[in-house]
Amino acid sequence: MAIISRGFAGRRNAGDAKLPPGQYLTTDFPVLSAGPTPHISLDRWEFTIDDGSSVLKRWDWKSFRELPTETITVDIHCVTRWSKLGTSWEGVSLDVLLADVKTDLPYAMFRSYGDYTTNLPLKDVMNKQAWIAFKFNGADLEPEHGSPARLLVPHLYLWKSAKWVRGMTLMPHDKPGFWESLGYHIYGDPWLEQRYSDQ
Amino acid sequence: MTWRSAKVVELHDETATARTIALAVHDWPGHVAGQHVDVRLMAADGYSAVRSYSIASAPSSDGRIELTVERLQNGEVSPYLTQQVMVADELEVRGPIGGWFVWRPEQTGPIQLVAGGSGIVPLMAMIRSRISAGSTAPFRLLYSVREPGAIFYPDELRSLSDQRDSLIVTYAYTRVTPKEWPRPAGRIDSNLIASGAWPSNLRPTSYVCGPTSFVEYTTDLLMAAGHDRETIRTERFGATGERK
Repeated sequence: MAIISRGFAGRRNAGDAKLPPGQYLTTDFPVLSAGPTPHISLDRWEFTIDDGSSVLKRWDWKSFRELPTETITVDIHCVTRWSKLGTSWEGVSLDVLLADVKTDLPYAMFRSYGDYTTNLPLKDVMNKQAWIAFKFNGADLEPEHGSPARLLVPHLYLWKSAKWVRGMTLMPHDKPGFWESLGYHIYGDPWLEQRYSDQ
Repeated sequence: MTWRSAKVVELHDETATARTIALAVHDWPGHVAGQHVDVRLMAADGYSAVRSYSIASAPSSDGRIELTVERLQNGEVSPYLTQQVMVADELEVRGPIGGWFVWRPEQTGPIQLVAGGSGIVPLMAMIRSRISAGSTAPFRLLYSVREPGAIFYPDELRSLSDQRDSLIVTYAYTRVTPKEWPRPAGRIDSNLIASGAWPSNLRPTSYVCGPTSFVEYTTDLLMAAGHDRETIRTERFGATGERK
């Protein structure tokens, strides 16, 4: 049963057709983080892939930046309802990082500096769907947007695109990360409006 | 989580641009201080708009919640909620939402609240929850506002600060101070953290809420004063002022 709000007209955006349900357009770039912004020096930065018992791959900043990069232009959608269209990023595809990793483990927990975590099915970060991004609109990432590098998984709500990312742990079963343990959806597809865990 | 009908039962202006809206929510499951709700407005043709707003009131069992909404220039929902809505109107809410930026009465340790502008709203819910639960957890609030007229809940904060062992409030006025105010206009700095915030060796839990730039510099100041990252929880508002 819908309740009509007396006198409410609303504002309809011309671009609404491109937006997932319940989202509105913004041109600024809001920030959602659970704690203080970590400041990470490049000489101490690393990205590792492990399977829960041993480290399978490890890059420091220098070796990471020697990997082939891609420029990506994508729409991003935050669970707090803003969407931003046509954002431009530069990063390393997860396909590159996972190229020599042989695994049957179907899930991954991404880990960040500052102890943030988020879970994803491995198939969602393969096949040109996810990047470790280090530039936004041609410039190095700002600290509050994930500097020096963040995950970018644009087909899911943006909390999955972990800022300050430092590695991924492959897992046999799916397991909730930080926001997924605090009431947000385990998968987070914006087109299905999967915002909350008990919706 | 289902949409619930909510009737507007009381309205009052907090400042020239912010209004508190009290809602009687059908079948409200209750909330924890710091949580927010989604509010849905629907036009006659079925078009709807949803925004999230922090709850300002303490948890209570009577199904009543209060939101304080700041009106945004070019906003879609906030102008309606701050200017058009009337007592007895109905809208819809969903929630409560959020399990991180919350204070529960079981927490007995010292609490440091840091508010920038309308970031006071979820922190006020914590202050009110502390009172209604009879908690004796020591609370301090650093509250940064543009000018005296921009303070939300000024009388309530003053009366709580006057009670012994209740709440210590320190204001930072960024543009205009009250007359004969000892500190010149300016944002929160390391001196104000040193004089107004709990010392870090007491290991308070800090809740910082405000615009992104405010949260960035105040959390940096807290960490520079020795507060551990793990003790600081944040909630940031975007440039548009709506919850992000």
